[in-house]
Amino acid sequence: MSELLDPGVAERVLARALRNGGRFAEIFAERRHGMSMTIDESRIESVQSGAEEGAGVRVVDGNTTYFAHVDGLDPADLERAAEEASAALGAGRAEPAPLEARRAEPLPIERRPEDVPAARKAELLRELDERARGRGGEITQFTASYAEARRQVALANSDGLLSGDDRTRTRIGAQAVARRDGTVETGAETLGAHRGFELLEDDPGGIAEQAARKALTLLDAGPAPSGSMPVVVGGGFGGVLFHEMTGHGLEADHIQKGASVYVGKLGEKVAQPLLNAYDDGRLPGEWGSDAIDDEGAPTQKTQVIAEGRLTSYLYDHLTAEREGVAATGNGRRESFRHLPIPRMTNTYIAPGDATPEELIAEVEHGFYAVSFGGGQVDPATGDFVFGVSEGYLIEGGEVTRPCRGATLIGNCLEALAAIDGVAEDFFMKTGICGKGGQKVPVGTGQGHVRVALMTVGGTQR
Amino acid sequence: MTELSESARRAVEAATAEGAGEAEAYVVVEGGRQVRVHGGEVESLTAATRSGVGIRAWIGQRVGYAYGTDLGEAGVATIAARAAEAAAVADEDEFAAPPQPSEYESLPGISDPSVASWDASRVAEIALAVERTALGADDRIAGVEQAVYADAEERVAIASSTGVAGEYESSSCFAYLQALAEGEGARETGLGFGLARGPEGLDPAAIGAEGAARAVAMIGAGKPQSQSCPVVLDETVAASFAGLIGSGLSGRAVQRGRSPFAGRLEAEVASGAFALHDDGRDPQGPAAAPFDGEGVPRRRTALIEGGRLRSYLYDTYTANREGVVSTGSASRGSYRSLPFVSASNLVIAPGELSLEGLLAEAGEGVFVTDVAGLHSGVNPVTGVFSVGASGQAIRGGALAEPIREFTIAGELVAMLGAVTAAGAEPRWVPFGGSVSTPPLLIAELAISGS
Repeated sequence: MSELLDPGVAERVLARALRNGGRFAEIFAERRHGMSMTIDESRIESVQSGAEEGAGVRVVDGNTTYFAHVDGLDPADLERAAEEASAALGAGRAEPAPLEARRAEPLPIERRPEDVPAARKAELLRELDERARGRGGEITQFTASYAEARRQVALANSDGLLSGDDRTRTRIGAQAVARRDGTVETGAETLGAHRGFELLEDDPGGIAEQAARKALTLLDAGPAPSGSMPVVVGGGFGGVLFHEMTGHGLEADHIQKGASVYVGKLGEKVAQPLLNAYDDGRLPGEWGSDAIDDEGAPTQKTQVIAEGRLTSYLYDHLTAEREGVAATGNGRRESFRHLPIPRMTNTYIAPGDATPEELIAEVEHGFYAVSFGGGQVDPATGDFVFGVSEGYLIEGGEVTRPCRGATLIGNCLEALAAIDGVAEDFFMKTGICGKGGQKVPVGTGQGHVRVALMTVGGTQR
Repeated sequence: MTELSESARRAVEAATAEGAGEAEAYVVVEGGRQVRVHGGEVESLTAATRSGVGIRAWIGQRVGYAYGTDLGEAGVATIAARAAEAAAVADEDEFAAPPQPSEYESLPGISDPSVASWDASRVAEIALAVERTALGADDRIAGVEQAVYADAEERVAIASSTGVAGEYESSSCFAYLQALAEGEGARETGLGFGLARGPEGLDPAAIGAEGAARAVAMIGAGKPQSQSCPVVLDETVAASFAGLIGSGLSGRAVQRGRSPFAGRLEAEVASGAFALHDDGRDPQGPAAAPFDGEGVPRRRTALIEGGRLRSYLYDTYTANREGVVSTGSASRGSYRSLPFVSASNLVIAPGELSLEGLLAEAGEGVFVTDVAGLHSGVNPVTGVFSVGASGQAIRGGALAEPIREFTIAGELVAMLGAVTAAGAEPRWVPFGGSVSTPPLLIAELAISGS
């Protein structure tokens, strides 16, 4: 961290950033390394690596943030960023507080991915390819990717904070295409963590078989039903439902602009008493975890729903300051080229008492959404949509046939209030979340969850 | 030779010195600004500069890639060495070969030198005017979530050991807003946007008015009945679908059997009312450039004409594999990315009917003004889709009540076959890539509501 950002240089840069005024200044320095490769048609390709370094300087004056970013970490680069950020400010020099280092312990990495030979990573992808194709001749296409990324960050601000973090993430993904006569279906699975290569030491090939299994299952699928019905959502990535329909609406920037259906709902009952939910940036090794957020605040576990009541929004530095509350460690940015904004880390519905079987058994006619391809929400209106990647019909309390091409749509507040069952089979999955043109890694999780009524958009008439 | 082209040439030399048989370097230097405003005040003002190089190295028939921000001699040597190391890990591919040089014509009209002469407060005024117009447009406008202005000036140089050499400059700017309307106990949002080569080309009042009108139009929206009916897609929605079609026409997706258009060259894939081409040299199109991401000249390629599939899109690799010539369709997200096959500017041919004419022709149906969940609701291999949508009902051939929370579902190629008419007034839309499209009338799609 000291290597990234020398405290003496940081103090000079902050003083320069404030020389035309402003109440807050910050420098964020970053060095990123990444390496990735793909297997497609059983051939290793798209082998690439990259290294970038640079810094962003922001100055806050009144309600306005001035931000400049540059490539390079030489003191001259940093001063140029400070110069540009402060260029549009009026007058009235302000003084930064002396820096005091606050040490944050980065998440432990057992086996640095960059120390593992590239040939080993290629071998891993070949194993995935074999495992997927081993599921039979109906698997006609298979691709898998490996990616490692390291972000070393350091930051200092005019309140005197000096901190840093060292983050390594590893992820593999698999996509299979299955074909039978004229029918073509796809299946995908991923495995990722804020961990090193140790993540891949158990049974990484399992995801290849999972992807193949999903594609093969869909070969037997019929059209998805349409209309309103009970929906049981699977564990893990099923948590993206909560991420979209509640998490985004709790991000304080949306709240403060009146662009969220959760405005004014703090302390109110928004769900049934069985629902407890959290955003937790400290879960060990999880994809959305970091030691500190991208403004230097320690990450934390924030309960957002307690027994059905809304208990907290998610704040970054500026939105917390505006509200007069403590930041919740949710100020995140994609890179030094972006301003931090309130973002989720790992967001999940806490496990309940039911079993998945019980939730399903109580449904006469409904839909079982095991996993999603992704989702989207407009926090202002609360309208959301999810693409179901693996779904089944529920008839007479039993899971019957697989369905293709289903989409779930609805409105946040109604759907959240309609959650009437939470199962105990909790686990987390990885996601990449986009907001305001910035992508950050997030974790989503839950056990099986049942929504009493939701709109399924399929093609069955 | 400019300094930029010189650094591309030096990067190629560094790569061959590090053991690459052939090498290519792509260098970008970029500057840009972004202003976000809220409540009549500037919320953030960003000044950005960035530069980087991406090096592609071939060792025999193996390819590797590396990129970085350090354009100094030692930095470039490190990147070059990494590219060669990456090539050594890749498997051999008989079609992997560096592009050969070919003459390209310069392309006037893609750079507006006036961008730099607009200072920060002047461009901030554009975003403020967008917000102001929206707030004043209608009493039911409750606010503007954000209004944004952004511009960028970019210089690109490419060089290779086979003799490819080129450089160009382009500029772009855009403004958009998300307006909030309130009524009947609910909040609605509306997007307005505009894009141009320079700030002069933006019309802030029109952008603000569009966002306000779209938000207000949604007040009181309810769920439509599930039905199969005629559907009119507005330009933004048509553009999103055009983007999906463009991805499906990528030579890579086709060769790997991951496209609904695979194996359908010269077959009927659309109605006669739907024609599509790609034009990488149309200066009106945001993606216009004299050459593509590997130095091959951009050109015009007819894709769907007379209802038949006329061509796929190729870069050098996929063209080699097919035994055809590249259509100049290698794109790069930035210096960070390997070239990949992608459409440049997709152009859907306009027809003869006004929007009113399309609605009249539809009779009873749905006018779709927004779709959500395209990344998760579309199967890129089969073209089967089910996406969230909102818009307005069409009754008696005219717009009626607003509707939301429904899905439209179908299959991409079948949908193209059901295009009954294209509108007469196209618009450039930055969704789904870079697309010029009029509204489209589809004879029938499945609507799922209540």
